[in-house]
Amino acid sequence: MIEIKDLHKSYKMGSNSLHVLKGLNFSIDEGELVAIMGSSGSGKSTLLNILGMLDEADSGSYTLDGVPIKDLNETKAAKYRNKFLGFVFQSFNLINYKSAMENVALPLYYQKVPRKEREEKALKYLAQVGLKEWATHLPNELSGGQKQRVAIARAMAAEPKVLLADEPTGALDSKTSYEVMDLIQNINDKGNTILVVTHEEDIAHMCKRIVHLKDGVIVEDKKVEQVRAAQYVK
Amino acid sequence: MFNRDRWKEILEVLTSNWFRTVLTAFGVFWGIFILILLLSAGKGLENGIMQDFGDISTNTMFMWSRSTTKSYKGLPKGRSFLFKVEDVQAIRDNVPELKFISPRNELGGFNGANNVVRGIKTGGYDVYGDYPEISKQDPMTMTSGRFLNYNDIKEKRKIAIIGEGVRNGLYDKDEDVLGTFIKIQGVNFMVVGTYKKKSNDGDGEEGQKQIFVPFTTFSQAFNRGNDVGWMAITANDGTSITSLKDKIMGVVKEKHKVHPDDQRAVGHFDLYEQFQRVQSLFGALRFIAYFVGILVLLSGIIGVSNIMLIVVKERTKEIGIRRALGEDPWSIKLQILMESIFLTIISGMAGITLGALFIYGVNALLDMNGPVDMFMNPSVSLGVVVGALLILIFSGLLAGFIPAQSAIKVRPIDALRTE
Repeated sequence: MIEIKDLHKSYKMGSNSLHVLKGLNFSIDEGELVAIMGSSGSGKSTLLNILGMLDEADSGSYTLDGVPIKDLNETKAAKYRNKFLGFVFQSFNLINYKSAMENVALPLYYQKVPRKEREEKALKYLAQVGLKEWATHLPNELSGGQKQRVAIARAMAAEPKVLLADEPTGALDSKTSYEVMDLIQNINDKGNTILVVTHEEDIAHMCKRIVHLKDGVIVEDKKVEQVRAAQYVK
Repeated sequence: MFNRDRWKEILEVLTSNWFRTVLTAFGVFWGIFILILLLSAGKGLENGIMQDFGDISTNTMFMWSRSTTKSYKGLPKGRSFLFKVEDVQAIRDNVPELKFISPRNELGGFNGANNVVRGIKTGGYDVYGDYPEISKQDPMTMTSGRFLNYNDIKEKRKIAIIGEGVRNGLYDKDEDVLGTFIKIQGVNFMVVGTYKKKSNDGDGEEGQKQIFVPFTTFSQAFNRGNDVGWMAITANDGTSITSLKDKIMGVVKEKHKVHPDDQRAVGHFDLYEQFQRVQSLFGALRFIAYFVGILVLLSGIIGVSNIMLIVVKERTKEIGIRRALGEDPWSIKLQILMESIFLTIISGMAGITLGALFIYGVNALLDMNGPVDMFMNPSVSLGVVVGALLILIFSGLLAGFIPAQSAIKVRPIDALRTE
């Protein structure tokens, strides 16, 4: 599903440049649930941004679902993001003046799905994350966990090939974290490919595979026994 | 463009900070209001002054003879001469671009002695010997009877057309005028028509106190022979009388043995030139109105642009999120542009509406208090309003362009990092 080869990325900070990714190689198959771990500054967010087409690599190749991702202009990148990717952010990033349902419907709106169909689909995904009754509420009327579930519903609404989650539990307490991970595991169980960036061991172990990044190189890439989050959720 | 979600969003954004939106809109509102006001005030002045020209055809000159100031062909300077009836044909033959040539003679004059008698009533009026064409050069409205015609000229009929002012002076209110006789310097004329002239200033009164009789009758009755007092000459539409006047005066100078360079032997008044001068004054006024109005509008537009920049800045993160979700950058640009145009047009329409109401009020006031000198019926044409709208749309685009550009210039990843 995802294949990267010899990925390099450096940032210019004034006169000196910071080499963040130093030649990464790995691939992710369909249906995998991968955790990317590493301390801050290890390059995990940069990697995710490149995978999310929010940022571009200096060199190396990136293939997503058989499509080589290169020479993107903004219009094309926006189209690919909309078609291939779903984002879940640490800070939820819901649009404040839109209701939960409108937030979920946004990616569909950009796909020019007719309003009626859009709303039906949005409600369906809200129901999947258990928030159907909250459809008309604004984000500031929801709790942190609920916000993240709306964000996950939004990411899923466009039926993307890959779900990218950047510290999805970073702003949540452990109980809600497990609820969110439970949701992510359930989505993965249905066959969706998911990438989770985290620095928490327990969250990483709820995935099926852990990729350890350190100073811009992969130091470890191992399959793990998945810990089901459901057991922590009563 | 006619997308419900987009409009919903535009309204959401603009109403999220009412006070700011209204303040911003006020700049544009004020600019267009001033523009409309200046233009309509200019138009009011124009209407007022054009009114003073009345219905007179403006492509006209008047020409009269004076005494020569140069000796020529053995004739001394200081010699007086008069135009003759034959001159009219000579001018017509030599200058084909002319529409009307009316030779005229006059009795009386401003504050002249009493020269008209009817029964026991008398009055001092201007009495003109005229050809029928004069009614096309200096239009009048017949209130009863008829004007002169060529049979009157040919048969030298002793008939007269009198103004409403004359009628009021010589007749009782309900008296029948047509068919009665008035005595002009001892000669009886039958009244066959009455007229009224359009004009609102002091001359208007004078204009109603004139008597027209056939030119030929006038010449015979008052011993003018072939003499012509002065001429009113109108050129064809599309040719200005100003360009023809040297040629016309050349013809009469030659006929009367006047030195061709004698500038003062033939007096003239070029109405067209005066009219053009007034016209160019209004052109300048309009230019000033547009100039000032558009500059004021421009400052309003800069205000809109400024606020849009702030709005974009405030929404940087939101724009980042939307781009991460896959919104086309063009769609974001369009959104910002439409917000800006919408704001400009709404506030501009308010300005136009209030401007129109203001003009309406001024007109009502003018109607109530009677006419004012040199000012009448201030108004703006529909063309100006449509033009103003176009200016608004354009300026909305202009105001939104830089903010829209800056909205998509920020990379989504940077936008997302903004807290």
